[in-house]
Amino acid sequence: MTRGGLRGGGHVPDLGRPIYYADGPDDRLLTTSGGDVSGSIQDGGVPEEQKPDADETPARRPGNRALYWRRLKRRPAAMFGTVIFLFFLFLAIFGPLIAPYDFDAQSAALRLKPPAIEHPFGTDQFGRDILSRIMVGARGIFLLGGIGTLLAVLIGTPIGLASGYAGGLLDEVIMRLLDVLLSFPSLLLALVLLAVVGPSNANLVLVVTLLYTPMIARVVRSMVLDLKTKEFVEAARVRGERRSYILFREVLPNSLPPLLVETSMRFSYSIFLVASLGFLGLGVQPPSPDWGLQINEARNFFALAPWTLLFPAGTIALLVIATSLMSDGLRQVMLPGVARK
Amino acid sequence: MLTFIVRRLGFVVLMVLLSSILIFWATQVLPGDIATMMLGRFASEEARQNLREELGLNKPVVTQYVTWLGDFVQGDWGYSISTRSEIRPLVMERLRNSAMLAGVAFAIFVPVGILLGLLAALRRNSWVDQTISVGSLAFIGLPEFVSGVVLISIFSIKLGWLPSQSAIEPSSGFVKAFPYLILPAITVALTTLAYVVRMTRSSTVDVLQTDYVRTANLKGLPPRRVLFTHVLRNSLLPTITVIAISVGWLIGGLIVTESVFSYPGLGRLVLFGVQRRDIPLIQATVLLIVVIYGIANLLADILYAVLNPRIRYT
Amino acid sequence: MDSPSVTPDIAPGSAVLGASSAGPAALPVLEVEGLCIEYETERGVLQAVRNVSLSVNRHESFGLVGESGSGKSTLAMGAIRYLAANGRVTAGSVRLNGVELLGLSDKELRSLWGASIGVVYQSPLGALNPSIQIGRQLAEVARLHLGMDRGAARQRVGEMLAKVAMPDPEAVMKRYPHQLSGGMLQRCVIAMALMTNPALLIMDEPTTALDVTTQAVVLDLVADLKREFDSAILYITHDLGVITKICERVGVMYAGEFMEQASLDALFHRPRHPYTLDLLGCVPRFETSPQKRSLVTIPGSIPRLDELPHGCIFSPRCGFVREACRAARPPLLEVEPDHRAACIRWEVVPPPAEYLREATESLDVVAPTAGKDVVLVEVDGSKTHFKGPARGLIPGRRTRRWIRAVDGVSLTVEEGQTLGIVGESGSGKTTLARAIIGLTPATDGDIRLRGRSLERSTGRRKRSVLKEIQMVFQNPDASLNPTRSVGDAIVRPLVLLGDLSREQARKRAEELLLSVSLPATYFDRLPNELSGGEKQRVAIARAFAADPELILCDEPISSLDVSVQGALMNLLMKLQAERRTSYVFISHDLSAVQHLSDTIAVVYLGLVMEIGHAVDVLTPPFHPYTEALLSAVPLADPDIKQTPVRLGGTVPSAMDVPSGCRFHPRCPRFLGDICVDQEPPWREGDAGHHIYCHIPLEELACLQAETLVLT
Repeated sequence: MTRGGLRGGGHVPDLGRPIYYADGPDDRLLTTSGGDVSGSIQDGGVPEEQKPDADETPARRPGNRALYWRRLKRRPAAMFGTVIFLFFLFLAIFGPLIAPYDFDAQSAALRLKPPAIEHPFGTDQFGRDILSRIMVGARGIFLLGGIGTLLAVLIGTPIGLASGYAGGLLDEVIMRLLDVLLSFPSLLLALVLLAVVGPSNANLVLVVTLLYTPMIARVVRSMVLDLKTKEFVEAARVRGERRSYILFREVLPNSLPPLLVETSMRFSYSIFLVASLGFLGLGVQPPSPDWGLQINEARNFFALAPWTLLFPAGTIALLVIATSLMSDGLRQVMLPGVARK
Repeated sequence: MLTFIVRRLGFVVLMVLLSSILIFWATQVLPGDIATMMLGRFASEEARQNLREELGLNKPVVTQYVTWLGDFVQGDWGYSISTRSEIRPLVMERLRNSAMLAGVAFAIFVPVGILLGLLAALRRNSWVDQTISVGSLAFIGLPEFVSGVVLISIFSIKLGWLPSQSAIEPSSGFVKAFPYLILPAITVALTTLAYVVRMTRSSTVDVLQTDYVRTANLKGLPPRRVLFTHVLRNSLLPTITVIAISVGWLIGGLIVTESVFSYPGLGRLVLFGVQRRDIPLIQATVLLIVVIYGIANLLADILYAVLNPRIRYT
Repeated sequence: MDSPSVTPDIAPGSAVLGASSAGPAALPVLEVEGLCIEYETERGVLQAVRNVSLSVNRHESFGLVGESGSGKSTLAMGAIRYLAANGRVTAGSVRLNGVELLGLSDKELRSLWGASIGVVYQSPLGALNPSIQIGRQLAEVARLHLGMDRGAARQRVGEMLAKVAMPDPEAVMKRYPHQLSGGMLQRCVIAMALMTNPALLIMDEPTTALDVTTQAVVLDLVADLKREFDSAILYITHDLGVITKICERVGVMYAGEFMEQASLDALFHRPRHPYTLDLLGCVPRFETSPQKRSLVTIPGSIPRLDELPHGCIFSPRCGFVREACRAARPPLLEVEPDHRAACIRWEVVPPPAEYLREATESLDVVAPTAGKDVVLVEVDGSKTHFKGPARGLIPGRRTRRWIRAVDGVSLTVEEGQTLGIVGESGSGKTTLARAIIGLTPATDGDIRLRGRSLERSTGRRKRSVLKEIQMVFQNPDASLNPTRSVGDAIVRPLVLLGDLSREQARKRAEELLLSVSLPATYFDRLPNELSGGEKQRVAIARAFAADPELILCDEPISSLDVSVQGALMNLLMKLQAERRTSYVFISHDLSAVQHLSDTIAVVYLGLVMEIGHAVDVLTPPFHPYTEALLSAVPLADPDIKQTPVRLGGTVPSAMDVPSGCRFHPRCPRFLGDICVDQEPPWREGDAGHHIYCHIPLEELACLQAETLVLT
């Protein structure tokens, strides 16, 4: 009998037949069918009970880092995303140094030149080198989105920790206030705030921070709610640990994987947001080149000089896709079995 | 059930109220002197004074807020500073246009998203699943202005099948407007589609692994019956929530997409207000959007409760 | 099942045994021969089941017993060809009434599933679709396989529900699964599986998720239905006790192979495989004498499927091993009529009673110094009430109900002794322990340690007080912080409560690791590098680190395999004898509680029903609830005769505590109005034995003389 033998006409394959993974958190085979489900009776899998009275101590199981690396290696899409992401990170740091031309140098003679050896991505309506503008523009996107996201993590984490651990009225009030921020579509809230405070790089960072703080806080809070009833936290309470110790030494380290995953997802959205705001004319402020704005301006010349539009658009697409592949890979590697919300 | 609806409704009303305070505070209190902000630093003191008078800025903040909210509820949304016209008819017309666009987008992404998600889940770990999963992941982060211009460059400029700009007449009917709606609707739908695909896939994969699907299989039901009677009923529930949340992304997407296609919708009106710093216009449009978003979430909650016997009476 | 019943004459176990004699003439319904099942995993191909054979006859039930990873469920599901996508049958033959299953097409197979093959699962709540009414889910089978129309199917479902003794079938059919209790749901699943009178009924741990009294009711039901229906039953379980109630023949599996197959009687009295012998010795025996013996431990651990030993797979752990055992894998051979064992030295395997005397040692716990017991902890009228869900809309006028989890418990823990607290889920036993340690503050009453009142919450207790009470938690996986090393977990209380320096603490922690039989090298390991049993040993070491006077053990062994349970119970007893630490041992498992405890408190719905020295609690007179528990507990000893006393219904919600005696709605010895109207008195027996009941002790003793008889 073969595997295929059980699948009828092939219309609806695999109903309810999970794959057995050998890389669960306990490195045991997870089973939901054909095996016992829980408690004392994991069956159909590798026996996990290693008795201490053994003649020889059981082989050491792999640690987290080795486990993550092993899982990452099996996911080419995530690897690809990570490599591209690192490449853009490199551009963001060194772009201005290695760009072939001054990104702002205009030249009437070089207007709308198609891609060639001297200008691999061509030139725009002012005769500026598009490759150089893209290379330099990476920094703006990374800085604004990155700093905004980091600030959101720095502010949101303590809020989530306090709210989740304290519970009660404080938790209720904080969460309702954060809900208010979440009841606006994010791009809309960003627009309104920028309309009021005026577009500037600093304000853009603040807007990203304000938008993502509630989301980070929620993730941390839900982790805390889950962790604070765990037995190891109770064991800490029973031995008289201080609240700060429990929060920062017992709870926080265990919230890090989901927090890291959430942060990377937020960062990939922040690229989306900053680029969209740039397209709407509220993004990275001159003189730095903004990818979104480049695309907006290039629309008028599309028929004449498609490269002015396609290269920046392709760059944004590549970065955005790479970042989501990376953050999704991170999620699968660090939090297997948790569905994306 | 009634208790549940009333409680959810109360929650939405509370959220909208708090949001209105935030909107009011952000637009009217935070900027300091609005008259200066709107008219520029070089306007005469007299002009600024007139504007303050007009906007009621001389009264206490709380009175201003209550008046503003009361007027909004009663349908008096004030006058736009930049167009000097009444806001409500303008917003209503744009709302209708955006609703048409959003409707077409919905008609695309809901069925397509659910179908692709199911397909990926049923062919889990096959190349079909890999393609759909990676593809949806790619589209989730792709800004609408990127996908929009790519679509324009292919379907309008290269192939010439569809118009690249959608600046329809303000009062065009749906049929007349339809050709102009296709490209922008696809653009808006792409991002949201990806979310629906992912959620449908993951919830279906979860349901396929449950014990009750095993029971259904071991009853000897044909695979098709297992899928339609036992799987979908449970696996599509989370998708309902995603579709409600997608209204939020849709609105964000509309702002960008309408601008790419010069489509006269609510999103572009918001952007117009923001660019002109037209405070009354911003206030009215943003509050309206928050209300719509709230209602969408309320409807999703109720639908979820109706379809899920486990929470029906809580 | 609504009315509580006492049926003293019908002992299901014995009736079942009688039926097996009708066996020889019957043809086998299920024949499995040389079945091999593999899983393809990232670690390579794992052979989960290797060359197994078995047969089950009509009206017979075959028990498939084994620990984690023994492959018992894989065998059953593989036999009916329902495997995970990465599993496959590689060799062998499975015949159902002569029809070879392995050659069938998917479509043919589906016509057998549900029709000739019924399955009952471990978790009845999970096995039923949460969003479809029960009646419809059951009717599906009748319509599909019996060709009935909607009306006929409905009627059939009603009949089937009546057959499984379901009260008010019509109402149940309209319910959704979450609206019924676990026992009711399992009856629905059984009704569904038997709808077509299938040739083969597979029951995969059907009572494991249920409370012990509900389990007894379901087991009785299965025993009854077995006579009424023709099905051959393949009964999968990890519980040797359950086997004695339901099976005629038993197969013991270990790491994917059968070690032994025999009739129930032969297996328990004349095991022919050392593994069976060891398994029998791991389970605490039911004893009413205060003299304790240790349990048998099996050295080593179950081998991983990718690292199977040469020769006999049990040889590395076997006490009877010889060089020849390691040379070749012994086949499953018939050693007596209808008795097979996979052991070349089967002839030297001793009778269990003899083996137990040699392999275990008597434990000299502190000599029972009656009257000189020093009271360590007094719990005095302790109550823990929680806010229930609010009802109503208007904030000021909502009605709030109270969950009375613990509702006035008084008991004492003596120095160096173990108090066992036993009760079903919802009895409040865990809440009581958490009140003692302060994790869930009591809302009323007083808890004293050596006469001094304790602050109610942990946060307000001084370190000197915290030091004296520690806890071992139920779930080994959550008990240790996954990001901190084993050493950290033990060092922290030493530094904090023991006032040791880091160096001293490290040295002490290594000693503690050794004392719980873990190598000192485990100091630097992370919890996910440990097995469940090892984690629990670390948790025990951590609890002992502060050198407390009292350790609360909240179901510390329930989630572990029987052999690991036995080893941990030995460890707990050894440490207690060395350090004179007092334990409060909480469990739903009466066997474990009676094995470990000096004093036992039986709790029900937040109140103690009976308390006293273990010997007194386990011999008549009993509280009627204790009586029901003792009658229901599946003892792994076919020689003990238990009179069936069954409880109807389920434990009421702690929000709706019944009036008078709170046990009255389920009480098998219900007297009448007095039980409904008046709280019962505390009746005092010998040496601190108390029973909370309206019936006088002498009368109870008389009624209950036959409840539990060792023959």
